[in-house]
Amino acid sequence: MNKNLLWQLLLIVGVLLAFLFGIFGIPQSFSGAGLLTAMTNRIHLGLDLRGGTHLILQVQVNDAINVDSDNAVEILKEQLNKRKIAFADISKPDPQNDPDKIVLKGVPADSRKDLLDIANDRLPEYNLTSGADNTWTLAMKPQILADLKNKAVTQAIETIRNRIDSLGVSEPTIQEHGLGQYQILVQLPGVDDPARVKDIMQSTAMLEIKQVMGGPFPSEQAALQDKGGVLPADAILLPGHGAPGTAAGDQSWYLVSRVSAVRGKDLRDAQPSTDQNGQPNVRFELTGEGGQRFFNFTSAHVGDSLAVVLDNKVQEVANIKEAIRDTGEISGGSMNQQQAKDLSMILRSGALPAGIKYLEERTVGPSLGTDSIRAGVRAAVYGMLAVLIFMLIYYRAAGINADIALLLNLVILLGFMGYFEAVLTLPGIAGVILTVGMGVDSNVLIFERIREELRNGKTPPSAVDQGFSHAWITIVDTHVTTIVSAAILFLFGTGPVKGFAVTLTFGLLANLFTAVFVSRVIFDWVLSRKQRGDALSI
Amino acid sequence: MEFFSHTNIDFLGKKWYFLAFSLVFSVAGIFSMLFWHGIPYGVDFRGGTLVYVKFSHTPNDNALRAAMDHAGLHNAKIQRYDVPSSNEVLIDLDVQETSEKALDNGKNQIINTLETNAPAGRTDLNNGSLSAIKNYLVDKDPMHLGSDADQKYAQQAQAIVDGRDKGQGGVLSSFDQLRGSVDPSVVASLPDGFFLSDFSVRNVEIVGPQVGAQLRRQALLATAYSLAGMLIYLGFRFEWIYGVAAVVTVFHDTLITVGAFSLLNKDISLTVIAAILTLIGYSNNDTIVVFDRIRENIKLMRREKLSEIVNRSINQTLSRTILTAGLTFLTVLALYVFGGEVLRGFSLALVIGILIGTYSSIAIAAPILVAYQDWRISKGKRPAAMPVRTK
Repeated sequence: MNKNLLWQLLLIVGVLLAFLFGIFGIPQSFSGAGLLTAMTNRIHLGLDLRGGTHLILQVQVNDAINVDSDNAVEILKEQLNKRKIAFADISKPDPQNDPDKIVLKGVPADSRKDLLDIANDRLPEYNLTSGADNTWTLAMKPQILADLKNKAVTQAIETIRNRIDSLGVSEPTIQEHGLGQYQILVQLPGVDDPARVKDIMQSTAMLEIKQVMGGPFPSEQAALQDKGGVLPADAILLPGHGAPGTAAGDQSWYLVSRVSAVRGKDLRDAQPSTDQNGQPNVRFELTGEGGQRFFNFTSAHVGDSLAVVLDNKVQEVANIKEAIRDTGEISGGSMNQQQAKDLSMILRSGALPAGIKYLEERTVGPSLGTDSIRAGVRAAVYGMLAVLIFMLIYYRAAGINADIALLLNLVILLGFMGYFEAVLTLPGIAGVILTVGMGVDSNVLIFERIREELRNGKTPPSAVDQGFSHAWITIVDTHVTTIVSAAILFLFGTGPVKGFAVTLTFGLLANLFTAVFVSRVIFDWVLSRKQRGDALSI
Repeated sequence: MEFFSHTNIDFLGKKWYFLAFSLVFSVAGIFSMLFWHGIPYGVDFRGGTLVYVKFSHTPNDNALRAAMDHAGLHNAKIQRYDVPSSNEVLIDLDVQETSEKALDNGKNQIINTLETNAPAGRTDLNNGSLSAIKNYLVDKDPMHLGSDADQKYAQQAQAIVDGRDKGQGGVLSSFDQLRGSVDPSVVASLPDGFFLSDFSVRNVEIVGPQVGAQLRRQALLATAYSLAGMLIYLGFRFEWIYGVAAVVTVFHDTLITVGAFSLLNKDISLTVIAAILTLIGYSNNDTIVVFDRIRENIKLMRREKLSEIVNRSINQTLSRTILTAGLTFLTVLALYVFGGEVLRGFSLALVIGILIGTYSSIAIAAPILVAYQDWRISKGKRPAAMPVRTK
């Protein structure tokens, strides 16, 4: 054997070992079960094989914009009043679709300069444009609008991750999804009953403490009547739980201040606890700054009532007996222990910057995953055996060469997946099978060309040489076209389909090495042991 | 061993037969898409709710249909899934019953309907989640482990779930089936909190209308990008007319494959689109092999007519075209037969696509090259310079 060939053989053995390590790592034991565990430690199974829940949700980013523009409306009103500028109306014409747009009507023409000053000084995030009839329009600057929306998504991902982590789901995937639709992909392996997790993720957990200005009323109409048909401008009507003793489902309504004394971001900690009657509740603590504000508020309102509002629902109404600095509790309704635990966890994880909506939900039960693995592996084994046996029969000794190359191709493919922590899905298993079917094509192209050269009277070494060099370009072209398709699939696909694109691409890349280089080395080795004039078994 | 060693078939002479064959299938597919079955979008693209339910006995489709109707799910489609012996049913709600306000409403309604005979105060073990079972055991403490038993009961709950899903295929018909793998005191405690329904939900797919529309658009875009990618790459590697010929051929394959799904009224899901994209890449392989040979022969046979060269090239590569496609077909067939119901649509697309793709690289791609050349000559221009191999 010449030296060059020896080095090439060593290289192949090295690659084989490196990728075997990629598949198995250093296994604890070399029994079948030991190897299987070692393998599944490195190559992770997708949701469709191990069971779990896949969710796509959308952040209602307009909620976050509305918070900002509501604030802007308040600032505008305050400044206009301060500078004694008359105006007819300030409103947001379409909060649903155009949340950042504020229309100001009936400003006298001579206040133009003042108005521009207000916009420049106090609302630099907005563009102010004048329209007909003394109407002015404020709209958020596009860059700031886009930033705010993206920030809402990032913050939502962060909050959801906190909540899921504290639920103890192992290896969750939480990431932005799709292109600019403010969507988030959440994958929860092993979660076969998503209802509770979904509730926990969806809760915006917006906690506020407000002053009670009236109520409870049995209905919205009753509240309106009590106030003579018009609600005070600085108050809003919020639903609460039914008064004690009423049937479940009955609601009462409270009139509370629009401004909150304490908001969710003032919260430092929340823990499940029990009240003096042994009823589960949630006890929270405020930050220094929030506590100071709460203290000021309660000092000024001793004797009044305060409302603890969660997600725009009054949870609890309490009389302020004395100034309170930094603790409070939420009971509201009949919370059980689990709910108290969940709520305090949600509060600790922080509020969502905007509501979320579920767009897609897929749950694979574990029994289906088990069946899918069985079916996929069976198809892979039968498909591969068919190809291996065919090659042996059709190409005789050269068939052994092709079969070795194919097996090495598989080892490299699985090793790749181990190294890159790729996820094996059911379509991914199909990708492995297809790699076998498409990978062997390279061998066929080469072998057919060699046979053709032999028929044309070339000697075996020169036929092998010609066969490889002619087939090489064709093989590259065929691989590139398939990989281009797979890459586009990877960009557009999700979950299982992505897994397919990954295995197919890795498999075909590995095939360039195995079908061309490895197969060539084996031919050279066979030829080096033959006498001149011996026929080649192909 | 060798098939097709010295063929000499006049493929180009049969181009009218090929054209007729392709037209019949394309037109049949287009007609079916327009006037018969339409494009049978799977749940991924049309939106909707699919619930796959496995029963412990042979399900009664009519009774199920009546129950769903009674529950207000009037448009529920109920069909048997997989082989009859698996006792599986697919319940299909359309997108009207899948609002984004409460995405899982339809699913919950279906499960409630199936669970009508549930005894009060007990939950269904066959559809119980791991955490629910564990919480029950921790509360109940049948093994008298005291307060510090979390991990132990987590293991027991896992054993119960494994016994149900791996041992009994998802549906237990008696608590005794858990004996052996689960602690006897735990098994004995189960009937207090659980009952066994006659079904288990194996898989749920709920796609809201927004995602459906988005995925439809993406699938179309991905297909278009793939075709454009092929055109650019092949135009760059060969001559532009080769790229055009290859892409027309692949488009023909895609059309016939999608048409076949419409004719057979099989759902086109995301994985079917994945298969079609793969085919766009793979179908080109045979075409490239033939084109490569044409390019090579043009240099060797300068005096021959192009149609003669193309015919010779196809014959010379016939053996490898059939072998490579045949071997890939073998693996795809294994996938179709053994790969299970989940992958059935995916492997069906590959089975059809590989057959059509191989046929078309001989019957469509090469004749387009010749037709283009004839057209140039008929217009009085010089034949286009056929390319030289670019290495």
